[in-house]
Amino acid sequence: MIGLEHILFISTALFFLGIYGFLTRRNLITMLMSVELVLNSVNLNFIAFHKYLWPSGMDGVFFTVFVIAIAAAEAAVAIAIIINLYKTHRSILVDTAEELKY
Amino acid sequence: MNYDWIIGLKSELFTTLIIVVLLLIKLGKGMRNGSLLQITQLLLLVNLALAFGWNGNGYLFGNMFQASQLFGFEKAILIAGVYLLILVNHQWLEKQEHLPEFLVLMLSALLGMQTMISSGNFLMLYLSLELATIPVAAMANFDLDKKRSSEAAMKMILSSALSSGILLMGISLLYGATGTISFEALPQALKADNGLHLLSLVMIFAAFAFKLSAVPFHLWTADVYEGSPMPVTAFLSVVSKGAVAFVLTSTFYRAFQPMFETWYQLLAIIGLITIIIGNLFAIRQDNIKRMLAFSSIAQVGFVLIGISANSPAGLASVIYFVLIYVFSNIAAFGVAAVIAAQTGSEQISDYKGLYANNKLLTWIMALALFSLAGIPPTAGFFGKFFLLTAGAVRADFWLVIIAALNMMVSLYYYLRVVRNMFNTETAQPTIAIPVTVKLGLYLCVAGILITGIAGWIYDYIAMLNR
Repeated sequence: MIGLEHILFISTALFFLGIYGFLTRRNLITMLMSVELVLNSVNLNFIAFHKYLWPSGMDGVFFTVFVIAIAAAEAAVAIAIIINLYKTHRSILVDTAEELKY
Repeated sequence: MNYDWIIGLKSELFTTLIIVVLLLIKLGKGMRNGSLLQITQLLLLVNLALAFGWNGNGYLFGNMFQASQLFGFEKAILIAGVYLLILVNHQWLEKQEHLPEFLVLMLSALLGMQTMISSGNFLMLYLSLELATIPVAAMANFDLDKKRSSEAAMKMILSSALSSGILLMGISLLYGATGTISFEALPQALKADNGLHLLSLVMIFAAFAFKLSAVPFHLWTADVYEGSPMPVTAFLSVVSKGAVAFVLTSTFYRAFQPMFETWYQLLAIIGLITIIIGNLFAIRQDNIKRMLAFSSIAQVGFVLIGISANSPAGLASVIYFVLIYVFSNIAAFGVAAVIAAQTGSEQISDYKGLYANNKLLTWIMALALFSLAGIPPTAGFFGKFFLLTAGAVRADFWLVIIAALNMMVSLYYYLRVVRNMFNTETAQPTIAIPVTVKLGLYLCVAGILITGIAGWIYDYIAMLNR
């Protein structure tokens, strides 16, 4: 029997994998993918809490649907920005965008 | 048929209407930039007038959306901020090839901030927070062929995406622990000594601190401010920050009220660190946008101390301070924009000798900076005074003393700009100020002086708050 703990374990692992990937990767697309991992771990959390703890309300399910939609919108804008960054810098590695600092 | 919802939603509906009008103009034959800006300004003025009158109190959409007189006033401040911003940055806006898109993005962000202020549920809060953030990242990239602009936009979208991930994790834990995400039901379910509740409070606060650029999460601020076009920088530092400060008060004062003891300490410590770090880093900046970025970080620290009071006086002083901050900061950014449009320089050291031929610009900048620093005849002094008085209610006087000492540190970097401008060794040529920009600057100056002198404004905010 799969319980709440199993799902929470997976979602927490996904969350920290996402954060780890975001902090260590140098490629902007991979960083964006790591953020998506974080968002998906949150979706898992919401669904699991809804199914096991609070099946009467629909808050968790609705939240998941909206998070998926917003993640798509965010990815669209982020990819547009990354494409433009490629045009100006000829690279999508974060190290190349280092003009602004201190 | 009940039409109350139109009254509750009027600011949002009208902003949507402006967006639709702009889109239709764009789809149709198009229009000269000058007349497009005039139409937008006019519609924003109507929206501002609407936001002041006919404010009802009530709930809409099953408590998802709350309307009240206080929220109406907060929205009016934001609309006034956007209006002044468009006036002051007229020169830059008029030159844009894709002006309708820029205005649509800016007004979408404004719409997001308005619904964010009124949200009564974490779902609504999250949706509007994203609506208020994503368009701003696109706006930051508006100088398409400039390297700095795309770097700023990249930094902003990635870090804001991560911060919203952390916000969502906090909300999901809150949902798991209490089974509700509505601001009405949360106070009954929350307990101050529950570890999971604490964790979600910290995660949600981290996301807000990111948007406010409070200290451990401030690193994106200066880079994004420096790289973005001037109107976007002003929008980020004035309107967007004000909106998040309002939302922080309504979230903490309502949903997290039972955990007051905890978030009091959180806000006080983070606020204090924010003031100190913001001031120390502002001292060494030579770019005016970067200097104003760090100064805005320091100002946010004062706001956090005001919010930590957890009293009606705290809320009123935060709103009053944001009102003054809108006027002072837009005046400073406006003068910087005029100078940058003429000389192409954003360096403070290039401001030397500006006074000789540009007396008006110099005096406006000096007044705005005095107001930001908090020197008595200007409104900024009263704003900070009320914030610190509210913060002192809990009798943590060391907090207030350190904050007040930091106001002296901040004088150094504000006055450095003024000293450079009044330098008599060199003289700069006259800078032409377009009529609209002049109007915007005069309005800001009037705001700085009148909000400080007229005591009834603070009383009015305190009355709305009751």
